[in-house]
This record gives sequence, C-alpha cells and structure tokens, in this order.
Amino acid sequence: MKEIEKRIKPYDANFTTMVPTAFVKAMRTCVLWQIIRFIVINIKMLVVVRKSH
Amino acid sequence: MARVIVMGGGVSGHTAATFAKKWLGKNHEVVVVTPNARWNWIPSNIWVGVGEMTKDDVTFELAPVYHKAGIDYRQAKALGIHPEGGSTHGDKPYIVIEYTGQGKEGQKEELTYDYLINATGPKLNFAATPGLGDANGLGEFTVSVCTADHAEHANHELQKVFEKAKHSKQTVLIGTGHGMCTCQGAAFEYIFNVEHEAKKAGVRDNLDIKWISNESFLGDFGIGGLHMKRGGYAASSRLFAESLFSERGVNWTIGAAVTQVEKGKAHYEQLDGTTGVIDFDFAMLIPPFAGVGLKAIAKDGTDITDQMFAPNGFMKVDANYAAGAYENWKASDWPKTYQSTVADNVFAVGIAFAPPHPISKPMKSPSGRDIFPTPPRTGMPSGIIGKTVAHSICDKILKGKNAHLHEASMAHMGAACVASAGKGLTNGTAAALTVYPVVPDFETYPGLGRDLDYTFGEIGLAGHWIKHILHHMFLYKAKLNPGWTLIPE
Repeated sequence: MKEIEKRIKPYDANFTTMVPTAFVKAMRTCVLWQIIRFIVINIKMLVVVRKSH
Repeated sequence: MARVIVMGGGVSGHTAATFAKKWLGKNHEVVVVTPNARWNWIPSNIWVGVGEMTKDDVTFELAPVYHKAGIDYRQAKALGIHPEGGSTHGDKPYIVIEYTGQGKEGQKEELTYDYLINATGPKLNFAATPGLGDANGLGEFTVSVCTADHAEHANHELQKVFEKAKHSKQTVLIGTGHGMCTCQGAAFEYIFNVEHEAKKAGVRDNLDIKWISNESFLGDFGIGGLHMKRGGYAASSRLFAESLFSERGVNWTIGAAVTQVEKGKAHYEQLDGTTGVIDFDFAMLIPPFAGVGLKAIAKDGTDITDQMFAPNGFMKVDANYAAGAYENWKASDWPKTYQSTVADNVFAVGIAFAPPHPISKPMKSPSGRDIFPTPPRTGMPSGIIGKTVAHSICDKILKGKNAHLHEASMAHMGAACVASAGKGLTNGTAAALTVYPVVPDFETYPGLGRDLDYTFGEIGLAGHWIKHILHHMFLYKAKLNPGWTLIPE
C-alpha cells in the first residue's frame, strides 16, 4: 500500500483513482481464498456460457 | 455430395469446419483453405511475448488434425469469390485460391462450393500508421503480439531492454498503434505481463512503463466499458482499470491516435486536439484491422466487391448498416445469421463479418481524425458464431434448403474473458470477466446496457489459474482429442 501511495502525486491522473489496500492485494494471491474464488468464478462463467449457447 | 468451403482456420473458421465435418459425416465434403500451416491459440501469445511460453506451446500443425477429421486441407490463401459461378463452372459458385504451402506455392486453383464460410480474420494493417511495423509485423521500430511469430520477436526485443535496464533507465510503451484499433485487451494483458516480468527480473525500478490507447476512458475495451456490482454500487470498468494502472505504476495516455512512429518516438494526437511525442526504448503497438482484400466477381466478370464487402474489406451480412448516428444505434442492428447480403449460400464469421457500427461511441479530434475503438469479434463470440453458422449450413444440406437458419447475435450473447496481469502458479493474477450481452442493449437494460446479474469481474490468482487451464483446454479441443465437443466455445 505504501509503495503504491508513494507513486501517487496530488492532482496527477492517478490521484483520483481507487487503489487497493494491503489486505485486498494479499487476498488476490491467498491460495486458500483463491481456491474458493476459482470455484465461484467458474460457476459464474458457466452460467454465462450456458446462457450464450 | 455437398461441398462446404471454409476460408480461414482461426478460432471461428476452425470451429465451423470441425463441427460441420462432425455433423455432415463422410457423405459430404468440408474443405479448409488457410494460408497457415499451424493453428495458433492467440490468447496465449502474450505469454510468448514475455518469454513465459514458446511458439510451440501455443501452436500446432493443422495437417494431421484435419487428416484425422477427414477435412480436405488446402494451405492456400483465398483471392476471390465468384458467387454466381462463371469460367468453366457454369452456374456453380467458386473461389480462387493461391497455395502458400504443400509444395504448390504460388499455384492458383478454382474450387467450387455449395456453401461458403468466410472466416478469413483480419489483415493486420500496419501500413495505416507510418513507421508501425512492416508487412510482416516485425517492424524496425515497434513490435506486435498478434501472431506467435510476432510475439517471439517481441520477447526477443523485450529481453534486450530488460538487459539494458540493469544499467540504465528504459521506457516501455504499450497500447494501440492507430486511432481505430481494436484488441485493447491484448495490449492490456501484455503491459501487465511485462510489468510482472520486469519485477521478476529485478529491473522494474529502471523501467518507465507507459500506456497509450484510442479508448476515450480506461476500461472501454472496445465494448463501451462495462459495469459490475461491487460494494453496493454498479461500478464502471473505468474504476477498476484506472486502479490497476495506478497500483502497477503505469502512466496512461488515452483518447490518443498514434499518427507516426520513428525510431524511439511515437507521435500522437488526442481527442482534445493535443499532439505530442512519447520517447521509448521498446514499443508494442497493436495495428488496426482490415479485411484481407478478397474480391467478388459476378458471372459476367463485373467486380461486385463493393456489394459483397464493406469499404474496410469485411463482408456484409444480415446487419442493419444504415443505423446512422450513435443515438440511433440499436442492439437489433447486429447480425443474427451472418448470411451474406449478396448470396444466400455464403456466410461470414468471426472478425470477417462487417459489424453494423462500432460498440464504443465514435469520437473525432478537432482535426477530424477518428479516435475510438472498433468492435472486437474475437474469442468466445467468434467460436459461437462459427458453430452456429456451421449448424445452419448442415441443416440446409441435411434437411433441405428451406431449413431454418440458426441465430447468434452478439446483442443476445455473453462472453467470458480472462485477461492475464502476470503469469505464475502462486503469484500470477488475471482479471476474470463476464459480460452479458457483448453488445449493450439499452432498450432491455436502460442506462447501463447490460444485465448486472451476469456481468462481473475480479482480479486474482484464480483468474490466472482459469486462463492457464483454458490454454490447455482449448488447444486440446482444437486438436480434436477425445471429448472435444464437450468443451464449450
């Protein structure tokens, strides 16, 4: 988070964007949480695939 | 015995040909005419472009696969269509091809057909921007990841920059190389994979990574962006795209048309009229697409190319090409059956069909330069359209010429898309997205144009696993291995 904040300069284009917190970033590569998300995303994608065929 | 010819062997053409052969069996003939000897799973080219995969990982020889399927494979490029027949063929329609392989290089041949599928994909129109690549895309000043060969070359050049970055600051520029490009997604994937690899190589601090694109806002992707439910809001893809660019320290220039490329310099013009130059040490800029330049000739020898094809070279089908201004656009403008407007036994699938209009709102700079993304017709929609057209043709052959045509409008079809943001079994990430429908339908879904229950996205390791699994799954399917029909497009 600190590393991301350091790159942001007031009133630059990235000043008005939302940036992830350390927790959100950690969860993106947390294997246990991502196994759950893997199942959820696959189900959501299969629903759209089914709806489109 | 009926003969179905498929011109092109990409995602859409290969899907159409293999399903047509499966459904028609040995009593009818399926011919594939494609200039390429190898099939390419294009979504993985971005990993070839950063050295995480090789060309052999993303391609395979077509000849043995078509031999196994009983498909007549001609390694040749199609030159022209004669939908009314002529020459020595009487009323029988035919195409003219020129071989690019199989020991017959340069030889021309006429092939008659009962049904024709145009799946020729795009011509990579590097010439539209001076200095952008060359006819083969292996440019002196910029690289591309549009083919496996281009991606290998891109990685070769990228590694040189990584090597230099160990000692000095280097600038990497990635994005679109013209005001009317599509495929922002491929450039989006490539920039974050380059950033990820730079970190792994320990050179990220010496790399200034910049994005340039013709999107009027980040996250447009040529589909006018999308909204998804997040934290109790329907949030725009712009928020998530800008967030990722900020998080990874990538600066962006948007609403920009690259107008000229020189050694180490990209000139651009923006929607507000601003012009500028970005200096770079490495640039991967996607070229705009055009039709492959097929000619259409009537029986009396008259050139009817302008009747059969739009000015950009894509084939006109059952779309409403007279919708006019953006305010008049409707989801129903989009084609349903992909049947040619000139000949009812000719169809166009994938990138080869002419869209009725863009999906993103057209915009111009004060100088009159068009700067907006053209609509994508790749990936899942491309495969579904190929299969649907094959279904229609098979029904006409097996049930009679009055058989009902099957429909697959992009305005009634969703798409699942996984955009890699870095490869790695435990540290990779990708944005997994679904969008429904692909073409926004503002009559059915006022305001946002899409169904929020079926449009979502998130970034994480799970997305990377899915992209990697899809890589193996679709190569398995394309090789027609046992159970291939069970894998959806």
